[in-house]
Parts: sequence; structure tokens; C-alpha cells
Amino acid sequence: MRRVAMTDILTIAMPKGRIFEEAVELLRQAGYKLPPEFEDSRKLIMDVPEESLRFILAKPMDVATYVEHGVADIGIAGKDVLLEEERDIYELLDLKISHCYLAVAGLPGTKMNDVAPRVATKYPNVAAAFFREQGEQVEIIKLNGSIELAPLIGLSDRIVDIVSTGRTLKENGLVEYERIVDVTSRLIVNPVSYRIRDEQIDELITRLHEVVSVGGSLT
Amino acid sequence: MSRLFMFEKPLGMRDTLPELYEKKYRVREHLADTFKLWGYQLIETPTLEYYETVGAASAINDAQLFKLLDKEGHTLVLRPEMTTPIARVAAAKLLEDDLPVRLAYSANVFRAQQREGGRPAEFEQIGIECLNEETIAADGEVIALLISSLKKTGLAQFQVSVGHVGFAQELFVQILGTNGRADVLRKFLCEKNYVGYREHVQSLNLSSIDKQRLLKLLHLRGGEEVLNSAADIIENGQGKKAISELQELSEVMKDYGFDEHMKFDFSIVSHMSYYSGILFEVSAGNVGFPIGNGGRYSLIEKFGKKASATGFAVRLDTLLEALGGGPPENDSHCIFFSQERRKEAIRLAQNMREQGNQVVLQDITGVHNLDAYTKKFAETTFLIGGHSNEEGSHD
Repeated sequence: MRRVAMTDILTIAMPKGRIFEEAVELLRQAGYKLPPEFEDSRKLIMDVPEESLRFILAKPMDVATYVEHGVADIGIAGKDVLLEEERDIYELLDLKISHCYLAVAGLPGTKMNDVAPRVATKYPNVAAAFFREQGEQVEIIKLNGSIELAPLIGLSDRIVDIVSTGRTLKENGLVEYERIVDVTSRLIVNPVSYRIRDEQIDELITRLHEVVSVGGSLT
Repeated sequence: MSRLFMFEKPLGMRDTLPELYEKKYRVREHLADTFKLWGYQLIETPTLEYYETVGAASAINDAQLFKLLDKEGHTLVLRPEMTTPIARVAAAKLLEDDLPVRLAYSANVFRAQQREGGRPAEFEQIGIECLNEETIAADGEVIALLISSLKKTGLAQFQVSVGHVGFAQELFVQILGTNGRADVLRKFLCEKNYVGYREHVQSLNLSSIDKQRLLKLLHLRGGEEVLNSAADIIENGQGKKAISELQELSEVMKDYGFDEHMKFDFSIVSHMSYYSGILFEVSAGNVGFPIGNGGRYSLIEKFGKKASATGFAVRLDTLLEALGGGPPENDSHCIFFSQERRKEAIRLAQNMREQGNQVVLQDITGVHNLDAYTKKFAETTFLIGGHSNEEGSHD
């Protein structure tokens, strides 16, 4: 929980993988000078002293955790993560990158088991809440990846997973049954940082907002 | 269930070892001493309360309450905060004369872990309540006492963010017409979900001026100047009242000379449903969680007495983290003695203790590793052997 004592440096938690490159591109468009080798580095902590920024690289699912505990001031996290984790953080800006959605999928033409329908997912909270709102009690099986496997080999009737192009579903012979919610990446901020470092953070938000919604204004 | 190892404790329960205890003790003293100087009297309430009364009146999430059953089958809770028990005892006993009452407390509260470790489930809250006092001077006094007591602990950098529950609520009702519609927006603010708030505002069938007013709310934070910006987006009634209360508060804080520690933030709304007026949060730059919070509340009404109150609670664990620093100074002294000089050693210890020194009296034959043990003390004296006039070595 203890933050490094560098009061002027803003720490940003970035998700590794797919979203990272898009987010870096966005920051560059917003005028932040990030070194060219930024994307290729395998370091987990990268300092950019010229911009008074420090980046930490985390698993996408963990970004909100770092921000909630205040070891990162800011984070870039998918809405899917925010829905699943329900962390106490400010969700300040829709960065409109990494568009995808959460959906219910399964083998075509199948019905859910009447007695104990089973749903495999990486998002147990989102999945449970969704089916509860549909008036259905399901049993959730938590998986960490290759969710499409579950209905194919009889582990579950349905899956709840992130879909971007739908290709993975199609290639595995699965169909989408319901769309739960659209997902994009969000800029999130620790509540204390949001108060104490208001000027720095407001500036970052204004600059990023100009890039993500050309023409629109925050107020 | 797996067998428990002897070292295990329930999730979120922590031991306080001597070094931390000492630091905690000193910080608690600084806070409590300041409270007393301002005329606040310390009280204690029971650790266990009824779920139906205090448990239900408390704004702490039900899932975070530790519950147990008494012999009659009543559900009990370990108190999750102190404001509700104090409201209970105030309504039942202390407000009979209809006079202002100033109380303080320092107590452990209990909130079950919901997700993971990294946070204590039992922690000490230290705070005050100013009951049956409705003036803005009282709101100001509470914030000034918060600032004054934090300064006493040596905390250098902190900020009190002040808002008003009445403002956002009134703005929403003025623009949207009904409480139900206002609640949708309020929920987004509560969840700190500004993206959802903006999307919802854009989706509403409103004039662009009204949409601007709603969006502007999210940016109403900063110094005294935001009070004017806030006045621009609200029409008459309760909203203006909120602003005039904050203006008055700002003047009160200037009279105390504490205005530099304070900022306004109109987007602060608490999930604590009982807040009814000015509310605030205090943060230090180096810790990710707020140190404390407070505000004006109407909770006492839930216990059958109409009275307004204001107060704050500081989390001692978060404050200690914000204070940082190394271990407390060790000025303890050890007198090692052998049997024949025991009497002399006891005399010496008595003398030193009377002068306020910390003295450990230790029979030298009771320590196996003397080198390691002497390192624990700032100073040592050896009264060993037959020569009763000669004092041993001083470190």
C-alpha cells in the first residue's frame, strides 16, 4: 500500500497485451512523449521522467486492484474488469479503444439444463448477476482461459466471455445467445489521487478527452 | 474445512506488536488530547449491538457486518462504526435537556473482508460527534478540530475535501423533476462512475443548457471560486442554501486560519445514506485510502429523537501509514543484577522510575544470550558481584 515517495510523478497502471499498444498510441496522440522502444520493453516498471510519468505493467484483470490500493494513481482498464471487480475507484473517461462485448454463448440449438444449468466464465460476478436479472439461477464455473472449451467437452451449457470479432466462437462451432454489455477501455483513478493531485490528473484527462472525442467537450 | 495451523488468525484480524502499539498509542494521545482541549468528552459503548437497531441503522453494507446470535436468538453485530452507537445512546439518554453535547471516542470497529486481504477487518477509529448543534459554526468547529488534531500528530500534508449532499440532490430534482430520476444520477456519483453519469445525461431528453448544468457538476472542485461556479448552475431553494452554507463554512475556516487545508468538491456524495448537509473527506498524499471522513447527519432520528449532529472519524491505521517514519525512539534502560546486589538494583530502579525513566530489572542469570538482549536497550547498568559501592558499566 505504500507509495514511492515521488510526489510529482504520476503512476499509471497499464494492462499488458492487446489494450497496451492502443493505450500507448492514445497517450502519444495526446502529446505525451513516450520513448520509441516503449512497446518492446519487457520491464514491469518503466519511468518516463521527461513527462513525470511512471508506468507499471499489470495483467488486465489486476489494473483496478493496483489503482484501488493507491500504488498506481491512474489505470487503464476494460469495462469488463470494472464490472467484474467492482473496485472503489473513479471511472473518469471512456477511452473508446479495444471495443468488444461480453456475451453468452453455447453450442447451437442447445437448451440450458433445467435443474442445474452450468455457466463457465472468467467473469463469475458479471455472469451470476446477468442470469439473476434474467430470473435464472445458474451454477458458475470459474475458468481462467480458453473458455470456449467448456461447452465443447461438456463442462458447461453456456459460457460468458468477451467477444471482439466472434471469430473464436465461430471456429469452435459456438454461437452467441445474448449480448450482455459493450466494453471499451476506461481511464480509472484512485480516489485519494483524484483529490490530492487534482490538477495533474485533470490535465491528463483533458488532453486524453480531446483525443478520444474530437470536438466534444467535457462540460 | 482444512485444519487450522496454530499461527492462523481469522481473515483481516491483526496483532499489534509492541513497536506498532507504541506508535499507535502516541498518535491516539495526540488526537484525544486535542479533542479534550476542545471540550469533547470521551465515551465508550459496547462492542456488541443488536442487528435490528444499530446494525440496521448503520450505513455499513450488510455483507460487511460480523453477526452472531445471543441466547434468546437475537442477532447481534460487532459494531461496524461508532456514529450509530453514539446516536443510540444520545437519543436514549444524553439529549434529554435539549442542549448541545460534544463527545469523543476511540474504539475498535469491525468490518468483514469481502474480497481479499490487504485490509484489516478490525481497526481503530478515533473521532468526535457534536450533537444537537445545527449551526454552521459547529460544522466548521468539527473540520477545524479535525485539522488541528491531525496537525498535532505531525501530519504535514493532507487535504480536507468538503461537499454538500443537498447541492447535487437539489440540482438533479430541479432538472429532472422527480426523486426517482435523481437517484439514477446519484447512484452513478456514488459509484464514482463519471463515464456512466455522462452517458446517462446525454441520453436524457433535456435542453442542452440543462445537460451542461448536470455535466458541470463533475467539475465543481477547487478553492472558494467553485462556490460561484456552483451558484451559476443552480436555481433558488435548497441548492442555494447549500452554497450559502458552504460560503459561511469558508468564512468560519478563515477565522480559524485553516482554509489552506480545505478544498470544495461538489461531486462528493456518500454511500452513507444518513448524511444531510455538509460532508467531508480527509486524505494524505502518500496513502491510497482516505484517512477519515465525516459530516452532518440526521441519524439520531432513527432512534426516535429529532436532532441534527455532525462529526468525524479518523482511521488510526491509515493515519499511521500516512505518518510513516521509523520505529519510535527507544530510551529504555536495563539494570542487570546478580542476587547479592538485588536490593541495590531495586532501589536504583525505583529511583529512576520515579524520575520517569523506563527501567527493566533483569536478573542476569535469567538471560541466556546477554549480547542479544543488551542490544534491545538504549542503556544498561550492571550491578553484579560483591562490591556493592561500585556501579557497573554504562553503555
